[in-house]
Amino acid sequence: MNAIILTARLDIAESLRSRWFAFYSLVFGGIIVLLFVFGLTESRILGFTGLSRLLVTYIQLCVAILPIFILITTVRSVAGDREAGVFEYMLSLPVPLYAWFWGKMIGRFLVVFLPVFGAMALAALYAVVRGVGVDWSLFLVYTSLLVSLAWAFLGIGMLISTLARSPDVAQTGAFLVWLTLLLFLDLILLGVMIREQLPLEAIMAIAVANPLQSFRTAAILLFDPQMLVMGPAAYVILDALGRTGYLVFAILYPVVLGTLAAGVGYHLFRRGDLP
Amino acid sequence: MISFANVSKTFKRHKVLDGITLSIETGERVALVGSNGAGKTTLIRCLLGEYLHEGEVTVGGLDPKANRKAVLARVGFVPQIPPPLKMPVGELVNFAAAVCDSDPERIIAMMRSLGLDWDMVRSRPFVKLSGGMKQKTLIAVALGRDADLLIMDEPAANLDPEARHIFFQQLHDRKDRAVMLITSHRLDEVASLVNRVVEMDQGKVALDDRVADDVEMTAKLDCTVRLTRPEPAFAKAMADWRFVSEDGGVSWNGALNGPDRLRFLGVLARYAGLVAGIEMK
Repeated sequence: MNAIILTARLDIAESLRSRWFAFYSLVFGGIIVLLFVFGLTESRILGFTGLSRLLVTYIQLCVAILPIFILITTVRSVAGDREAGVFEYMLSLPVPLYAWFWGKMIGRFLVVFLPVFGAMALAALYAVVRGVGVDWSLFLVYTSLLVSLAWAFLGIGMLISTLARSPDVAQTGAFLVWLTLLLFLDLILLGVMIREQLPLEAIMAIAVANPLQSFRTAAILLFDPQMLVMGPAAYVILDALGRTGYLVFAILYPVVLGTLAAGVGYHLFRRGDLP
Repeated sequence: MISFANVSKTFKRHKVLDGITLSIETGERVALVGSNGAGKTTLIRCLLGEYLHEGEVTVGGLDPKANRKAVLARVGFVPQIPPPLKMPVGELVNFAAAVCDSDPERIIAMMRSLGLDWDMVRSRPFVKLSGGMKQKTLIAVALGRDADLLIMDEPAANLDPEARHIFFQQLHDRKDRAVMLITSHRLDEVASLVNRVVEMDQGKVALDDRVADDVEMTAKLDCTVRLTRPEPAFAKAMADWRFVSEDGGVSWNGALNGPDRLRFLGVLARYAGLVAGIEMK
């Protein structure tokens, strides 16, 4: 366990020094500032009642930015380290492989999650200071959704890093995975599939299996409990799982997916050539 | 202590190691030489448990892949190309000491003895150090703990004469209780450090021979070189070895580390037509 903490700490320190982390934090901090500047002003005109609308917009932006950020930075750093000879040296030290792999994953998770959460927490803090009501249960659900989304893509990123032997291949693979998941979002390929009258069960299975879609549907569910914007698909989801059931699924499923992907990655890492 | 039994490794149908069988006992200092692509690095990676391979590799009877912690705790490794670690040197030292259950002060003391200013380098990113400083740091991490299997890839290449002397002294102190595997493209770089030479060629052992040497690794030799006439290019070469001349460049005097003799003679060979006499004692 000590070796996992040591590796995680090393990875966190390494990330905090890197330029991508500064840029990454700036992006999410910047989004919140922009939402305050434009969102709150507009809300006051309409009658501002809380942070819900701002958080909904923020979380919708997160689903677009967070996965690709996590995938690209993870595969670049892990596959890049391997190619540059960092693995050859660091793994000549008696650090257990499980500690190296999972320590990296945990360290990286904290690094990618904290700026996103930090920006959201700052927004909530600002609202509290200004005397605006914050729905803390909603805040908690959003946080959990972000945790599960970040973990899912981190796991997928670690798997791609293990499979690819060079940073270029890893980066291309990560981009393709992200693009595929993006294409299967409801408004793009799923819409086409519905129009082509494919079996509803198949379309729902694809939608539910896509962590981007499950995150997005849960986010919609939080501000639109009837999910009117989703059309008939909403009935299937609500009939099958109910609101709470779907939220539990949307939080747990990406965590399981990320852990499984990382688990397969670890298995391959342990069984293959390390450098 | 180390055994390679019919070890082969193939990358994309290209056999990089081809049935290597070697046994190395405690007290042996082995020069692993061969040209680029001969299989030296691959053999070392198999020994470190970093590669899958055919055949069997054991260190003290243990498979390095299956017993990473137990085997690697005994290994001090200095790679040929320093890794581009962005972490500060202090962080590297602390991490290495922590995973090796060692005291970071030992590594720091070793760094100081090799001539590194710890207070200056501790907060500097490893990747920003000069080639010599990186080499000294990696050597200190390898030697600043109880490692009895030293695997070093051209370890002294970037070291200044004082640091080389300290380094040779450290190797000398461990020569009877450790195994040293020192790789190089050129035998003359490492010949004086070792008592056995294994030459690899196209993934096979081409030569396995013993070396007899009466000069201790820690020896310092007073050396005088006499020329038939002064030569500016020779003067420049001697300045690199910190030799001085008091008669306008005809006679040159200086001190040599015992293990550096062959390398020094290699330099003199380039001026063989000018050399009137050499004395080493």
